[in-house]
Amino acid sequence: MTSWVPTPCRVVERTVETHDCVTLTLRPVTGSLPAFRPGQFAMLYAHGVGEIPISVSGIPADGTLVHTVRAVGAVSRALHDAAPGTVIGVRGPFGTAWRLDGVEDLLVVAGGIGLAPLRPVLGHPSRRTVLVAGARTPEDLLYAGDLLALSDVDVVLTVDRGGHDWHGRVGFVTEPLASIPLDPERTTALLCGPEPMMRFCARTLLGRGVPAGNIQVSLERSMQCGIGLCGHCQLGPLLVCRDGPVTGYPEAEPLLLAKEL
Amino acid sequence: MTIPMTELDALPLLARLSHTQRAAIAGVSRIETYDQGVRLFDEGGLADQCWVVLSGCVTIDTAVPQNGRMVLQSVGAGELVGWSWLVPPYRWHFGATVVTPTRAAVVDTAELRRLADDDPALGYQLSLILLDALLNRLQATRIRLLDLYRNPS
Repeated sequence: MTSWVPTPCRVVERTVETHDCVTLTLRPVTGSLPAFRPGQFAMLYAHGVGEIPISVSGIPADGTLVHTVRAVGAVSRALHDAAPGTVIGVRGPFGTAWRLDGVEDLLVVAGGIGLAPLRPVLGHPSRRTVLVAGARTPEDLLYAGDLLALSDVDVVLTVDRGGHDWHGRVGFVTEPLASIPLDPERTTALLCGPEPMMRFCARTLLGRGVPAGNIQVSLERSMQCGIGLCGHCQLGPLLVCRDGPVTGYPEAEPLLLAKEL
Repeated sequence: MTIPMTELDALPLLARLSHTQRAAIAGVSRIETYDQGVRLFDEGGLADQCWVVLSGCVTIDTAVPQNGRMVLQSVGAGELVGWSWLVPPYRWHFGATVVTPTRAAVVDTAELRRLADDDPALGYQLSLILLDALLNRLQATRIRLLDLYRNPS
Protein backbone atom coordinates (compact mmCIF):
# COMPACT_ATOMS: atom_id res chain seq x y z
CA MET A 1 0.00 0.00 0.00
CA THR A 2 1.86 3.09 -1.22
CA SER A 3 -0.26 5.59 0.75
CA TRP A 4 1.48 4.78 4.04
CA VAL A 5 4.70 2.97 3.32
CA PRO A 6 7.27 4.37 0.91
CA THR A 7 8.21 2.14 -1.99
CA PRO A 8 11.99 2.03 -2.40
CA CYS A 9 12.89 3.34 -5.85
CA ARG A 10 16.30 3.71 -7.39
CA VAL A 11 17.45 6.79 -9.26
CA VAL A 12 18.24 5.39 -12.70
CA GLU A 13 18.83 8.71 -14.43
CA ARG A 14 19.62 12.25 -13.27
CA THR A 15 19.41 15.11 -15.75
CA VAL A 16 20.58 18.58 -14.77
CA GLU A 17 17.98 21.05 -16.05
CA THR A 18 19.12 24.36 -14.56
CA HIS A 19 21.50 25.59 -11.86
CA ASP A 20 19.01 24.47 -9.17
CA CYS A 21 16.77 21.88 -10.87
CA VAL A 22 17.31 18.27 -11.84
CA THR A 23 15.03 15.62 -13.30
CA LEU A 24 15.19 12.23 -11.65
CA THR A 25 13.96 9.01 -13.25
CA LEU A 26 12.98 6.50 -10.56
CA ARG A 27 12.45 2.74 -10.88
CA PRO A 28 11.05 0.56 -8.09
CA VAL A 29 13.71 -1.67 -6.58
CA THR A 30 11.14 -4.48 -6.64
CA GLY A 31 7.61 -4.70 -8.00
CA SER A 32 5.87 -1.72 -9.53
CA LEU A 33 4.27 1.60 -8.64
CA PRO A 34 0.56 2.38 -9.10
CA ALA A 35 -0.34 4.40 -12.18
CA PHE A 36 0.12 8.16 -11.86
CA ARG A 37 -1.87 10.73 -13.84
CA PRO A 38 -0.59 14.14 -14.98
CA GLY A 39 -1.05 16.70 -12.21
CA GLN A 40 -0.79 14.23 -9.35
CA PHE A 41 2.13 14.14 -6.93
CA ALA A 42 4.19 11.71 -4.92
CA MET A 43 5.72 12.08 -1.48
CA LEU A 44 9.44 11.58 -2.08
CA TYR A 45 11.51 10.50 0.91
CA ALA A 46 15.21 11.25 1.13
CA HIS A 47 16.46 8.75 3.68
CA GLY A 48 17.46 10.33 6.94
CA VAL A 49 16.45 13.81 5.80
CA GLY A 50 12.71 13.93 5.23
CA GLU A 51 9.79 13.71 2.86
CA ILE A 52 8.26 16.31 0.53
CA PRO A 53 5.54 16.41 -2.15
CA ILE A 54 6.80 16.55 -5.72
CA SER A 55 4.56 16.52 -8.78
CA VAL A 56 5.15 13.95 -11.44
CA SER A 57 6.85 15.46 -14.49
CA GLY A 58 6.89 12.38 -16.68
CA ILE A 59 5.03 9.08 -16.81
CA PRO A 60 6.94 6.75 -19.11
CA ALA A 61 5.35 3.49 -20.19
CA ASP A 62 8.31 1.46 -18.90
CA GLY A 63 7.24 1.58 -15.26
CA THR A 64 9.56 4.37 -14.22
CA LEU A 65 8.44 7.65 -12.70
CA VAL A 66 9.93 11.06 -13.48
CA HIS A 67 10.15 14.00 -11.10
CA THR A 68 11.78 17.39 -11.52
CA VAL A 69 13.15 18.72 -8.24
CA ARG A 70 14.29 22.22 -7.40
CA ALA A 71 16.75 22.56 -4.54
CA VAL A 72 15.03 24.91 -2.11
CA GLY A 73 15.29 23.33 1.35
CA ALA A 74 17.07 20.46 3.09
CA VAL A 75 14.94 17.64 1.65
CA SER A 76 14.73 19.00 -1.87
CA ARG A 77 18.49 19.61 -1.78
CA ALA A 78 19.07 15.98 -0.77
CA LEU A 79 16.79 14.77 -3.58
CA HIS A 80 18.41 17.18 -6.03
CA ASP A 81 21.83 15.81 -5.16
CA ALA A 82 20.77 12.13 -5.37
CA ALA A 83 23.12 10.42 -7.78
CA PRO A 84 22.10 7.49 -10.00
CA GLY A 85 21.91 4.40 -7.81
CA THR A 86 20.55 6.26 -4.80
CA VAL A 87 17.39 4.73 -3.31
CA ILE A 88 14.50 7.13 -2.62
CA GLY A 89 11.19 6.36 -0.94
CA VAL A 90 8.05 7.01 -2.99
CA ARG A 91 4.47 7.24 -1.70
CA GLY A 92 1.60 7.95 -4.03
CA PRO A 93 -0.03 8.80 -6.34
CA PHE A 94 -1.83 11.54 -4.43
CA GLY A 95 -4.22 14.31 -5.29
CA THR A 96 -6.24 15.30 -8.30
CA ALA A 97 -5.15 15.23 -11.91
CA TRP A 98 -5.56 17.68 -14.80
CA ARG A 99 -9.02 17.15 -16.30
CA LEU A 100 -8.50 16.63 -20.02
CA ASP A 101 -11.47 14.55 -21.19
CA GLY A 102 -12.93 15.99 -24.37
CA VAL A 103 -10.45 18.86 -24.54
CA GLU A 104 -9.71 20.00 -28.09
CA ASP A 105 -7.90 23.33 -27.61
CA LEU A 106 -5.47 23.18 -24.72
CA LEU A 107 -3.66 26.24 -23.41
CA VAL A 108 -0.87 25.42 -20.97
CA VAL A 109 0.59 28.30 -18.95
CA ALA A 110 3.58 27.65 -16.73
CA GLY A 111 5.88 29.76 -14.62
CA GLY A 112 9.27 28.59 -13.36
CA ILE A 113 9.21 25.11 -11.82
CA GLY A 114 5.45 25.12 -12.53
CA LEU A 115 6.22 23.67 -15.92
CA ALA A 116 7.13 20.31 -14.36
CA PRO A 117 3.57 19.14 -13.50
CA LEU A 118 2.39 20.26 -16.92
CA ARG A 119 5.00 18.51 -19.01
CA PRO A 120 3.07 15.18 -19.12
CA VAL A 121 0.09 16.83 -20.86
CA LEU A 122 2.15 18.20 -23.76
CA GLY A 123 2.38 16.59 -27.15
CA HIS A 124 -0.97 14.82 -27.27
CA PRO A 125 -1.69 14.51 -31.01
CA SER A 126 -5.49 14.63 -30.75
CA ARG A 127 -5.68 18.19 -29.46
CA ARG A 128 -4.29 21.57 -30.42
CA THR A 129 -1.89 22.65 -27.70
CA VAL A 130 -0.33 26.03 -27.03
CA LEU A 131 2.30 26.34 -24.30
CA VAL A 132 3.22 29.69 -22.78
CA ALA A 133 6.10 29.26 -20.35
CA GLY A 134 7.89 31.92 -18.34
CA ALA A 135 11.11 31.89 -16.39
CA ARG A 136 13.44 34.31 -14.69
CA THR A 137 16.22 34.06 -17.29
CA PRO A 138 16.88 31.88 -20.36
CA GLU A 139 19.13 29.70 -18.17
CA ASP A 140 16.19 29.03 -15.83
CA LEU A 141 13.87 27.64 -18.52
CA LEU A 142 13.09 23.98 -17.90
CA TYR A 143 13.24 21.46 -20.75
CA ALA A 144 13.80 24.29 -23.25
CA GLY A 145 15.41 22.10 -25.89
CA ASP A 146 12.77 19.39 -25.54
CA LEU A 147 9.92 21.89 -25.72
CA LEU A 148 11.11 23.44 -28.95
CA ALA A 149 11.34 19.96 -30.47
CA LEU A 150 7.67 19.18 -29.78
CA SER A 151 5.97 19.03 -33.15
CA ASP A 152 2.37 19.21 -31.96
CA VAL A 153 2.74 22.16 -29.60
CA ASP A 154 2.96 25.89 -30.32
CA VAL A 155 5.55 27.06 -27.82
CA VAL A 156 5.95 30.62 -26.53
CA LEU A 157 8.85 31.07 -24.11
CA THR A 158 9.31 34.33 -22.27
CA VAL A 159 11.78 35.44 -19.62
CA ASP A 160 11.95 38.29 -17.12
CA ARG A 161 15.47 39.19 -18.15
CA GLY A 162 17.01 38.12 -21.43
CA GLY A 163 20.72 38.21 -22.17
CA HIS A 164 22.40 39.25 -25.38
CA ASP A 165 22.15 35.70 -26.74
CA TRP A 166 18.41 35.37 -26.09
CA HIS A 167 16.20 35.80 -29.13
CA GLY A 168 12.93 34.77 -27.52
CA ARG A 169 10.45 36.97 -25.74
CA VAL A 170 11.17 39.17 -22.74
CA GLY A 171 8.18 39.90 -20.54
CA PHE A 172 5.65 38.28 -18.25
CA VAL A 173 3.45 35.39 -19.39
CA THR A 174 0.31 37.55 -19.29
CA GLU A 175 1.57 39.52 -22.29
CA PRO A 176 1.54 36.73 -24.89
CA LEU A 177 -1.67 35.47 -23.28
CA ALA A 178 -3.32 38.76 -24.11
CA SER A 179 -2.62 38.45 -27.83
CA ILE A 180 -2.24 34.78 -28.84
CA PRO A 181 -5.01 33.50 -31.10
CA LEU A 182 -7.54 31.43 -29.20
CA ASP A 183 -11.17 30.41 -29.34
CA PRO A 184 -12.31 31.27 -25.79
CA GLU A 185 -15.26 28.89 -25.63
CA ARG A 186 -13.25 25.91 -26.86
CA THR A 187 -10.14 26.61 -24.81
CA THR A 188 -9.23 24.73 -21.65
CA ALA A 189 -6.42 26.45 -19.75
CA LEU A 190 -4.09 24.74 -17.27
CA LEU A 191 -2.09 27.10 -15.05
CA CYS A 192 0.80 26.21 -12.79
CA GLY A 193 3.31 28.51 -11.13
CA PRO A 194 3.48 31.01 -8.29
CA GLU A 195 -0.03 31.87 -7.07
CA PRO A 196 0.12 35.55 -8.11
CA MET A 197 1.12 34.42 -11.59
CA MET A 198 -1.88 32.11 -11.80
CA ARG A 199 -4.22 34.86 -10.58
CA PHE A 200 -2.98 37.36 -13.14
CA CYS A 201 -3.06 34.79 -15.93
CA ALA A 202 -6.58 33.74 -15.03
CA ARG A 203 -7.73 37.37 -15.09
CA THR A 204 -6.18 37.87 -18.52
CA LEU A 205 -7.94 34.76 -19.82
CA LEU A 206 -11.26 35.76 -18.26
CA GLY A 207 -10.85 39.12 -19.96
CA ARG A 208 -10.47 37.31 -23.26
CA GLY A 209 -13.71 35.43 -22.69
CA VAL A 210 -12.42 32.07 -21.51
CA PRO A 211 -15.07 30.73 -19.09
CA ALA A 212 -13.85 30.41 -15.49
CA GLY A 213 -14.94 26.78 -15.53
CA ASN A 214 -12.47 26.11 -18.35
CA ILE A 215 -9.51 27.21 -16.22
CA GLN A 216 -7.69 24.81 -13.89
CA VAL A 217 -4.89 25.72 -11.48
CA SER A 218 -2.43 23.66 -9.45
CA LEU A 219 -2.31 24.72 -5.81
CA GLU A 220 0.56 24.20 -3.43
CA ARG A 221 0.53 24.00 0.36
CA SER A 222 2.51 22.17 3.02
CA MET A 223 1.41 18.63 2.20
CA GLN A 224 2.68 16.03 4.64
CA CYS A 225 0.46 12.98 5.00
CA GLY A 226 -0.81 13.07 1.40
CA ILE A 227 -4.16 11.50 2.28
CA GLY A 228 -6.15 14.29 3.91
CA LEU A 229 -5.56 13.31 7.53
CA CYS A 230 -3.01 15.64 9.06
CA GLY A 231 -4.53 18.96 7.94
CA HIS A 232 -1.21 20.71 7.26
CA CYS A 233 -2.30 21.56 3.73
CA GLN A 234 -5.69 23.00 4.60
CA LEU A 235 -6.70 25.91 2.38
CA GLY A 236 -10.13 27.11 3.45
CA PRO A 237 -12.49 24.22 2.81
CA LEU A 238 -9.89 22.24 0.86
CA LEU A 239 -7.24 19.81 1.92
CA VAL A 240 -4.92 20.40 -0.98
CA CYS A 241 -3.30 16.95 -0.86
CA ARG A 242 -6.71 15.33 -1.30
CA ASP A 243 -8.94 17.95 -2.99
CA GLY A 244 -6.05 19.41 -5.04
CA PRO A 245 -3.50 20.15 -6.21
CA VAL A 246 -5.47 20.55 -9.44
CA THR A 247 -8.52 22.69 -8.76
CA GLY A 248 -11.03 24.50 -10.91
CA TYR A 249 -10.53 28.26 -10.95
CA PRO A 250 -14.06 29.02 -9.71
CA GLU A 251 -13.24 27.13 -6.49
CA ALA A 252 -9.66 28.39 -6.26
CA GLU A 253 -10.18 32.09 -6.96
CA PRO A 254 -11.65 33.13 -3.59
CA LEU A 255 -8.99 31.10 -1.80
CA LEU A 256 -6.17 32.67 -3.79
CA LEU A 257 -7.48 36.13 -2.93
CA ALA A 258 -8.02 35.48 0.79
CA LYS A 259 -5.45 36.73 3.26
CA GLU A 260 -3.81 34.38 5.76
CA LEU A 261 -5.27 31.14 4.48
CA MET B 1 2.18 48.89 -49.57
CA THR B 2 -1.35 49.77 -48.47
CA ILE B 3 -2.77 47.70 -45.67
CA PRO B 4 -5.53 45.17 -46.54
CA MET B 5 -8.67 45.89 -44.55
CA THR B 6 -9.11 42.20 -43.81
CA GLU B 7 -5.93 42.30 -41.74
CA LEU B 8 -7.01 45.34 -39.74
CA ASP B 9 -10.50 43.91 -39.22
CA ALA B 10 -8.98 40.70 -37.84
CA LEU B 11 -6.84 42.44 -35.22
CA PRO B 12 -8.18 42.00 -31.66
CA LEU B 13 -6.29 45.21 -30.79
CA LEU B 14 -8.68 47.22 -32.98
CA ALA B 15 -11.83 45.24 -32.24
CA ARG B 16 -13.55 48.15 -30.50
CA LEU B 17 -13.40 50.25 -33.68
CA SER B 18 -16.00 50.18 -36.43
CA HIS B 19 -15.04 49.04 -39.91
CA THR B 20 -15.24 52.69 -41.03
CA GLN B 21 -12.91 53.80 -38.26
CA ARG B 22 -10.46 51.04 -39.13
CA ALA B 23 -10.61 52.13 -42.76
CA ALA B 24 -9.67 55.65 -41.65
CA ILE B 25 -6.62 54.24 -39.87
CA ALA B 26 -5.75 52.14 -42.90
CA GLY B 27 -5.68 55.38 -44.88
CA VAL B 28 -2.79 56.68 -42.78
CA SER B 29 -0.95 53.34 -42.58
CA ARG B 30 1.17 51.12 -44.76
CA ILE B 31 2.52 47.58 -44.57
CA GLU B 32 6.24 47.08 -44.09
CA THR B 33 8.37 43.98 -43.73
CA TYR B 34 11.61 44.01 -41.78
CA ASP B 35 14.56 41.65 -41.66
CA GLN B 36 16.03 40.47 -38.40
CA GLY B 37 18.29 43.12 -36.88
CA VAL B 38 16.60 46.18 -38.39
CA ARG B 39 16.58 49.12 -35.98
CA LEU B 40 13.11 50.70 -35.89
CA PHE B 41 14.01 53.68 -33.74
CA ASP B 42 16.53 54.98 -31.22
CA GLU B 43 16.10 56.55 -27.82
CA GLY B 44 15.69 60.31 -28.19
CA GLY B 45 14.64 60.17 -31.84
CA LEU B 46 11.52 61.83 -33.22
CA ALA B 47 8.45 59.67 -32.54
CA ASP B 48 6.36 60.14 -35.65
CA GLN B 49 5.02 56.64 -36.27
CA CYS B 50 3.93 53.51 -34.49
CA TRP B 51 3.76 49.87 -35.47
CA VAL B 52 1.15 47.17 -35.09
CA VAL B 53 3.05 43.89 -35.35
CA LEU B 54 1.23 41.48 -37.66
CA SER B 55 3.86 38.73 -37.44
CA GLY B 56 7.33 38.47 -35.96
CA CYS B 57 8.86 40.05 -32.88
CA VAL B 58 10.35 43.39 -31.88
CA THR B 59 12.31 44.17 -28.72
CA ILE B 60 12.30 47.40 -26.75
CA ASP B 61 15.70 48.27 -25.30
CA THR B 62 17.83 50.85 -23.62
CA ALA B 63 21.57 51.39 -23.54
CA VAL B 64 23.41 50.61 -20.31
CA PRO B 65 27.10 51.45 -19.96
CA GLN B 66 29.30 48.34 -20.11
CA ASN B 67 26.27 46.22 -21.04
CA GLY B 68 25.24 47.57 -24.40
CA ARG B 69 21.59 47.44 -25.32
CA MET B 70 19.54 45.76 -22.60
CA VAL B 71 16.24 44.29 -23.74
CA LEU B 72 13.36 45.40 -21.53
CA GLN B 73 10.40 43.96 -23.36
CA SER B 74 9.35 41.97 -26.40
CA VAL B 75 6.38 42.84 -28.55
CA GLY B 76 4.82 40.16 -30.71
CA ALA B 77 2.03 39.63 -33.21
CA GLY B 78 -1.10 41.66 -32.55
CA GLU B 79 0.69 44.09 -30.22
CA LEU B 80 1.60 47.74 -30.47
CA VAL B 81 5.11 49.19 -30.69
CA GLY B 82 5.57 52.82 -29.74
CA TRP B 83 3.42 55.39 -28.00
CA SER B 84 5.85 58.24 -27.39
CA TRP B 85 4.18 59.92 -30.38
CA LEU B 86 1.06 60.43 -28.29
CA VAL B 87 2.26 63.18 -25.96
CA PRO B 88 4.95 65.87 -26.19
CA PRO B 89 7.88 66.01 -26.62
CA TYR B 90 7.25 63.22 -29.18
CA ARG B 91 10.65 61.63 -28.58
CA TRP B 92 11.28 57.91 -28.12
CA HIS B 93 12.01 56.94 -24.54
CA PHE B 94 13.58 53.65 -25.60
CA GLY B 95 14.90 51.99 -28.75
CA ALA B 96 13.43 49.11 -30.77
CA THR B 97 14.96 46.34 -32.86
CA VAL B 98 13.41 43.64 -35.04
CA VAL B 99 14.54 40.26 -33.67
CA THR B 100 12.73 37.92 -36.03
CA PRO B 101 11.53 38.74 -39.57
CA THR B 102 8.58 40.99 -38.96
CA ARG B 103 5.61 42.28 -40.88
CA ALA B 104 3.87 45.30 -39.41
CA ALA B 105 1.31 47.99 -40.09
CA VAL B 106 3.14 51.31 -39.81
CA VAL B 107 0.94 54.21 -38.81
CA ASP B 108 1.73 57.87 -39.58
CA THR B 109 1.01 59.22 -36.12
CA ALA B 110 0.80 62.92 -37.09
CA GLU B 111 -2.04 61.93 -39.43
CA LEU B 112 -3.54 59.67 -36.77
CA ARG B 113 -3.60 62.54 -34.26
CA ARG B 114 -5.25 64.72 -36.89
CA LEU B 115 -7.92 62.04 -37.47
CA ALA B 116 -8.54 61.82 -33.74
CA ASP B 117 -8.77 65.60 -33.39
CA ASP B 118 -11.27 65.79 -36.27
CA ASP B 119 -13.40 62.88 -35.03
CA PRO B 120 -13.63 62.80 -31.21
CA ALA B 121 -15.55 59.49 -31.28
CA LEU B 122 -12.61 57.87 -33.06
CA GLY B 123 -10.20 59.71 -30.78
CA TYR B 124 -11.96 58.38 -27.69
CA GLN B 125 -11.85 54.80 -28.95
CA LEU B 126 -8.18 55.17 -29.88
CA SER B 127 -7.48 56.48 -26.38
CA LEU B 128 -9.14 53.43 -24.86
CA ILE B 129 -7.15 51.10 -27.12
CA LEU B 130 -3.90 52.77 -26.13
CA LEU B 131 -4.87 52.84 -22.46
CA ASP B 132 -5.68 49.13 -22.54
CA ALA B 133 -2.31 48.33 -24.14
CA LEU B 134 -0.57 50.61 -21.67
CA LEU B 135 -2.32 49.02 -18.67
CA ASN B 136 -1.48 45.50 -19.81
CA ARG B 137 2.17 46.43 -20.15
CA LEU B 138 2.27 48.35 -16.87
CA GLN B 139 0.68 45.47 -14.98
CA ALA B 140 3.01 42.92 -16.55
CA THR B 141 5.98 45.11 -15.64
CA ARG B 142 4.77 45.42 -12.05
CA ILE B 143 4.41 41.65 -11.79
CA ARG B 144 7.93 41.18 -13.12
CA LEU B 145 9.14 43.44 -10.31
CA LEU B 146 7.89 40.80 -7.86
CA ASP B 147 10.55 38.40 -9.19
CA LEU B 148 8.11 35.54 -8.66
CA TYR B 149 10.32 32.83 -10.11
CA ARG B 150 13.29 33.38 -7.78
CA ASN B 151 14.47 30.48 -5.67
CA PRO B 152 13.06 31.22 -2.18
CA SER B 153 16.09 29.67 -0.53
